[in-house]
Amino acid sequence: MSLGTSDTLVYLIAIPLFSSAFLLLGGRALDRVGHLIGTAASASSFVVALIELNKMLAREAESRGVTQHLFTWINVGSFQVDATLLLDQLSICFVLLITGVGTLIHIYSISYMAHDIDRRRFFAFLNLFIAAMLLLVLGNSYLNLYVGWEGVGLASYLLIGFWNQKPTYATAAKKAFVANRVGDVGLSLAVMIAFVQFGSVTFDGVAKGIAAGSASSTALNAMGAAILLAAVGKSAQFPLQAWLGDAMAGPTPVSALIHAATMVTAGVYLISRSNFVFDNAPTAQLLVVIVGAVTLLFGAVIGMAKDDIKKALAASTMSQIGYMILATGLGPAGYAFAMMHLLTHGFFKAGMFLGAGSVMHGMNDEVDMRKYGALRKVMPITFATFGLGYLAIIGIPPFAGFYSKDKIIETAFNAGGSKGIILGCVTLLGAAITAFYMTRVMLMTFFGTKRWDAAAHPHESPWLMTVPMILLAIGSITTGFIFSNGDRLKNFLAPVVDKDHHEHETELLAPIVVTGLAMFAVAIGISIAFAKYGRKTIPASAPTDVTMWTKVARRDLLQDDFNESVFMRPGQSLTRVLAFLDKRVVDGAVSGVGAMTLRLAGDLRKTQTGYVRSYALLILLGTVAILTAILVVTL
Amino acid sequence: MNPMNYIYLSCILFSLGAAGVLLRRNAIVVFMCIELMLNAANLAFVTFSRMNGTLDGQIVAFFTMVVAACEVVVGLAIIVTIYRSRRSASVDDARLLRL
Repeated sequence: MSLGTSDTLVYLIAIPLFSSAFLLLGGRALDRVGHLIGTAASASSFVVALIELNKMLAREAESRGVTQHLFTWINVGSFQVDATLLLDQLSICFVLLITGVGTLIHIYSISYMAHDIDRRRFFAFLNLFIAAMLLLVLGNSYLNLYVGWEGVGLASYLLIGFWNQKPTYATAAKKAFVANRVGDVGLSLAVMIAFVQFGSVTFDGVAKGIAAGSASSTALNAMGAAILLAAVGKSAQFPLQAWLGDAMAGPTPVSALIHAATMVTAGVYLISRSNFVFDNAPTAQLLVVIVGAVTLLFGAVIGMAKDDIKKALAASTMSQIGYMILATGLGPAGYAFAMMHLLTHGFFKAGMFLGAGSVMHGMNDEVDMRKYGALRKVMPITFATFGLGYLAIIGIPPFAGFYSKDKIIETAFNAGGSKGIILGCVTLLGAAITAFYMTRVMLMTFFGTKRWDAAAHPHESPWLMTVPMILLAIGSITTGFIFSNGDRLKNFLAPVVDKDHHEHETELLAPIVVTGLAMFAVAIGISIAFAKYGRKTIPASAPTDVTMWTKVARRDLLQDDFNESVFMRPGQSLTRVLAFLDKRVVDGAVSGVGAMTLRLAGDLRKTQTGYVRSYALLILLGTVAILTAILVVTL
Repeated sequence: MNPMNYIYLSCILFSLGAAGVLLRRNAIVVFMCIELMLNAANLAFVTFSRMNGTLDGQIVAFFTMVVAACEVVVGLAIIVTIYRSRRSASVDDARLLRL
């Protein structure tokens, strides 16, 4: 498959990147137009993406990928890394999601951040994120991807800590940064393994190397595990999931764009992009499935216990990405469905986050759902768009989430043997829990009785905020059908993720049975939630007489306690020991030599009396001693 | 006469000189004692020259005298200057050069 070339790919990245630099360097003079420039840059990038999509669709399915060589980055001996962009079927999905949803969120932010004095800086960071994320998905090698990977990590850090005047927010940003660094070690290991095994770090080079059989299965499994570690860090998967809840400290548009729709799905992209590795590394692939399944339930359980609307949505994001990771671990059958769920999730979850932001906007930035209630009448548009996102995420047909999640459940059941049955049950259970906690969020926020603070005067948000929400809600309705109708997305992606056209294995359950089971699970989840939160009045503060399990779930399943007791405190003790050793042993040796010299000199100094006669005596004694020594030696 | 007697005399003179340098405080006396030690050494040189039948020792004695003469010039000048400024010729008084 020879790839064509394109001269316009670079504009995708360059426009938001230059806009970001311009806004940051421009200073206060740009405060009045900064948001417009930022939004225009993102929108321009989206237009370029649409043009690229149009050009791509005009080509044959096998030669849709295009590359653009920018410059030779590293050239050492036989090792050469080019800064080359690659736009293929997989990248274009991401590019459209990033720029499309990104532009909507830019528009939303104009109004949401209107009263923030640092709005220009906010838009500069958003543009920086867009540029870095585009570089991540457009790089043609693991090393180019790495640059974007770190770029989005930086943007995420800057935006989580955007209100860093609050120490807890700054800490949350730091936590996200540190957790991401742990994952990044995995990516750098993967790059090194690729270089050692194949002498190349481009996706194409690695794929060819694997096809030629130049790597042992151990090496491939190690590379797969390293890639998984990277994905786990970036996508907030078990066991590096703890940062995502705290990342909600950032402004809500950031949560919607970075921590729901795009950046946290970079792990899914990385695994899908590395399909040639995982298809030949069964152990690593099994690990992927396990991580996905564990996180799916982990996030869902946390989601049940959260009263903070953004943290409930964050837990939900974690869980939904668990679905995607699980799907990517199911091999060629799953990649396309993972991507489909990623795209539909990008719409409905971003929409719901924007809805949550709209609610917060109307409620004086209150995030506790126990202080909401009965908002559907005062915020009809927010209620409608959030409700459509809700129907999409729990998987009610014909909304978007139904198509993508149903396919993942179906593929999980068809994974074969006991693995298939376990995974199928896990995904079904996840669907039921999802239905429960999302219904809970809906009921607590929009239904029931008013539990508002006295100072709260909820009102519908301005049109700059509602229009993006409406557009995303339309996406939550339509995208599932569009993508799955005639397996459109699957066939579109097949040249990248399923080159050999794997035939489906025997089906364990007929699709209609799976759909029925999923609907049944969702119905159970909804009815339990309705019984618990719809019929009874909701107390304005969280009940304290709850079971131990609820307490554990409220504490995020002890993820922070675990990290603190296993990593943080021993790490702090270790640094204390090292600091002590440095101070006492290393510094002690150095300053000991100095102190010894000083004391010796102080003692010797006392011989300098100033009396000439004592000097003369010393000379005499010295002479006598030397002469005596000579005599003793010679005799 | 046995030349060893001159060596003994030289030893006595040197010891007298050394004792004077160590024990006396007056700079002039100390100075003279130094001269005594130098001349004791000169006497030993000359005696050894005589005993060995060579002229080396006598030549060195001349050098010593030249050095001693120079030393007197410098030394006396220093002593006089110190005396002028401090009204004292005691070597123990001049002990500013210490730590």
